Amino acid sequence: MNAATISLGATVSSGSRAAQLGLVALLGLFVVGFLGFSHMEVVHNAGHDYRHSMAFPCH
Amino acid sequence: MNLFRNAVFTAAAAGLLAGLILAALQTFATVPLILQAETFENAGEPAHDHGAAPTEATPAEPTPAESAAAPAESDHHGDEAWGPEDGFERFAYTLAINVVSGIGFALLLVAASELAGGISNWRQGTFWGFAGFAIFTLAPGLGLPPELPAMPAADLFARQVWWVGTVAATAAGLALIAFRGSAPLSILGVALIVLPHIIGAPQPETHESPVPDGLHHQFVVAVTVTNLIFWVALGGIVGLVRQRFLGQSENLGKSFA
Repeated sequence: MNAATISLGATVSSGSRAAQLGLVALLGLFVVGFLGFSHMEVVHNAGHDYRHSMAFPCH
Repeated sequence: MNLFRNAVFTAAAAGLLAGLILAALQTFATVPLILQAETFENAGEPAHDHGAAPTEATPAEPTPAESAAAPAESDHHGDEAWGPEDGFERFAYTLAINVVSGIGFALLLVAASELAGGISNWRQGTFWGFAGFAIFTLAPGLGLPPELPAMPAADLFARQVWWVGTVAATAAGLALIAFRGSAPLSILGVALIVLPHIIGAPQPETHESPVPDGLHHQFVVAVTVTNLIFWVALGGIVGLVRQRFLGQSENLGKSFA
């Protein structure tokens, strides 16, 4: 897996590839975590029906 | 950062579409049940079921129940914090959050599948979708079934910890089984998937609830099925959109789908 790989139209080294995909995953975790788990009352209220419908722990 | 940009763009396009699909499904399948349960939340609070059966047994008990019943007007949504108005505003926020969350889940799905070599077509994408469904809906839902408002539940933080731990263990377990191809690691994978359920999810002290069982059962089915459709659609769309970004996936040979 040391060879450069072509993915999503970009040629990148495998190290940089993993780092960039790691960033993508972190961004995703941040978005999902904030929407589903934020204890802020305002976020809870705005996303109330969404949280119940996604079976996130709520209340 | 070409790859980063393309991955985010792929996820944004797929997540937007799948999020819209999910919001549409929720509008008809889950939200009406939530609204129905909220009528129990507001009506059933003061009485709270404790009154009838075990009255004399615990004379200390009515006190906290009564003090809770007195300010029953301020339910847990609180008057102090902002919340969307019922009706269109509430729907609009649910829609917007579904789209953003669709993009969030898509970012995770794209990152994981690219690390594994990339999704080659929509059909293979649906298998990634099934995996996402198993990780984010099925596994946590076994211990913590979807709840309706007014239902009893254990401490919120404990449930969130269990939820996150279960999702992480299930994802790791599936990855070991799917991508390592060795029997001992597959067994370890199964063990990781089973472990959170042996530990057990935090449960409420009592499952007694003003919400009828039938309504809750309907809700569990609705949540599970809508999430299944969302995940399969998301995986399939990522598989389709990804093709537009040229990159030929490298795992056509070792495809498991």
